[in-house]
Amino acid sequence: MVAALTRVFGIHNLALAEDVVQDAFCRALEVWKLRGVPENPSAWLMTTAKRRAIDILRRERTARTFAPEFGQMLASEWTLAPVVAEVFDTNVIKDDQLRMMFSCCHPRLREEAQVAFVLHLLCGFSVGEIAGAFVSTRSAIEKRITRAKKVLANSKTLFEISDAAFTVRLQAVQRALYLLFNEGYHGASPEAAVRVELCREAMRLAALLRDHRLAATPASYALSALMCLHAARSPGRVDSSGNLSSLFDQDRSLWDVNLMSEGRRLLELAARGSELTEYHVEAAIAWIHVKAHRAEDTDWLEIVSLYDTLIKIRPSPVVALNRAIAVAQLDGSERGLEEIRAIPGRERLAAYPFYSAALGELELRSGRAALARPHFETALTLARNATERQFLEQRLRLCTTKEQERVC
Amino acid sequence: MSEFVYLYRGGRRSESAQEGQQLMEKWVAWMKELGQKGHIKDQGQPLEPTGKLVSGKQKVVTDGPYAEKDLVGGYTLIEARDLAHAAELSVGCPIFESGGLVEVRPVMNM
Repeated sequence: MVAALTRVFGIHNLALAEDVVQDAFCRALEVWKLRGVPENPSAWLMTTAKRRAIDILRRERTARTFAPEFGQMLASEWTLAPVVAEVFDTNVIKDDQLRMMFSCCHPRLREEAQVAFVLHLLCGFSVGEIAGAFVSTRSAIEKRITRAKKVLANSKTLFEISDAAFTVRLQAVQRALYLLFNEGYHGASPEAAVRVELCREAMRLAALLRDHRLAATPASYALSALMCLHAARSPGRVDSSGNLSSLFDQDRSLWDVNLMSEGRRLLELAARGSELTEYHVEAAIAWIHVKAHRAEDTDWLEIVSLYDTLIKIRPSPVVALNRAIAVAQLDGSERGLEEIRAIPGRERLAAYPFYSAALGELELRSGRAALARPHFETALTLARNATERQFLEQRLRLCTTKEQERVC
Repeated sequence: MSEFVYLYRGGRRSESAQEGQQLMEKWVAWMKELGQKGHIKDQGQPLEPTGKLVSGKQKVVTDGPYAEKDLVGGYTLIEARDLAHAAELSVGCPIFESGGLVEVRPVMNM
């Protein structure tokens, strides 16, 4: 809704567009309280916002300038209502959301700011909710969004999909959606519900890319595939007592079969063409995990080789760490530890709880509970929420048991 | 470039909502096209078919039902090279489909 309103008001009137949406929601609360919720609430909101937009365009046509794209069309009754109606058409709204998304991923904004901005404008998250999702302060998020709005206001109109910068901007959008999904999947927020919501929004917006002729590139399909295949596993990630369950211990019958097959279908679509992106490789890794009926059926050789490819496309200590864990599965924990020690720039992993946890896990499997303990303790101090802490405490208890076994 | 006014006169009202919708789309498309070619100075406004007439020295106010064919249904301010050009530009107007006419009048420079 904000996207459509911004298109008619002009991007410099973003605040006005947000006010109109706010108004529509307030009116909805009043009217629905008296008359009950209408059959199609989102259509009701849309109509309300559209009427309000037309009122504003009429009343303030001399005081404000609106979207230059429509020129005089908004100033005259000959065309005002039809133009607004067209902008609010469902298909056109999809396009506008896409353009809004591209506008949010402006090269002058840092990636975290882009993600926050997308959440705010396209997913309707309030500043407080975004701060919660990113475990950040309200004022930090407020600052990011204010700056993002300024950058956006300077660009005069929404991003044109036909623009020469389209390909570069598409990559930024894909990246932002990837980060958004990751924040939901691995994120720090202690609220499981918040994280599910982030994943769902990332998947919805990724589907918008797939629905657009130009944005539906192999990388966009791969991104969606990756999200589906990860999301398919999420029902098994937490066990019946609410504890985080490692990939090896998960009840695989809980995995979502529909998402698995949808992910597979999308991965096949992604394979058309010669483009190979990190999303392709990550989706392929996720697919190998998902297709194994039991943890011990996992094709670790294939996974290690996919991580080799991923390191070439996007080298990072985190990718190298994941590769080392796969090597440990394939060739034993001692080899895994060697690989971890050989990671270039591994000091950058120091603040990453899964790094210490992985070291601890491999030491424990090598029968050195005493060496594993300090790693788990470090990880525990870095853990970002209760679920992670519970998981690590359970590992520490296991260390104690193993140490006692040795003494006996 | 000189200025001209189009006065849209007469024209049958649409009989169904669907017909009305189609007609409206045609008007929008036509205005858009003229605008893109740089011929619109001001799109002007459509007018309601009701009103009052104020007439005579006594300024008598009467309700104005007008004969349909004379009724001015709206106006637009146009830029064109000359009167012939302005007249030529009007041929795409959707009003002709519903039996109306466009009166093309040069703005008088006083």
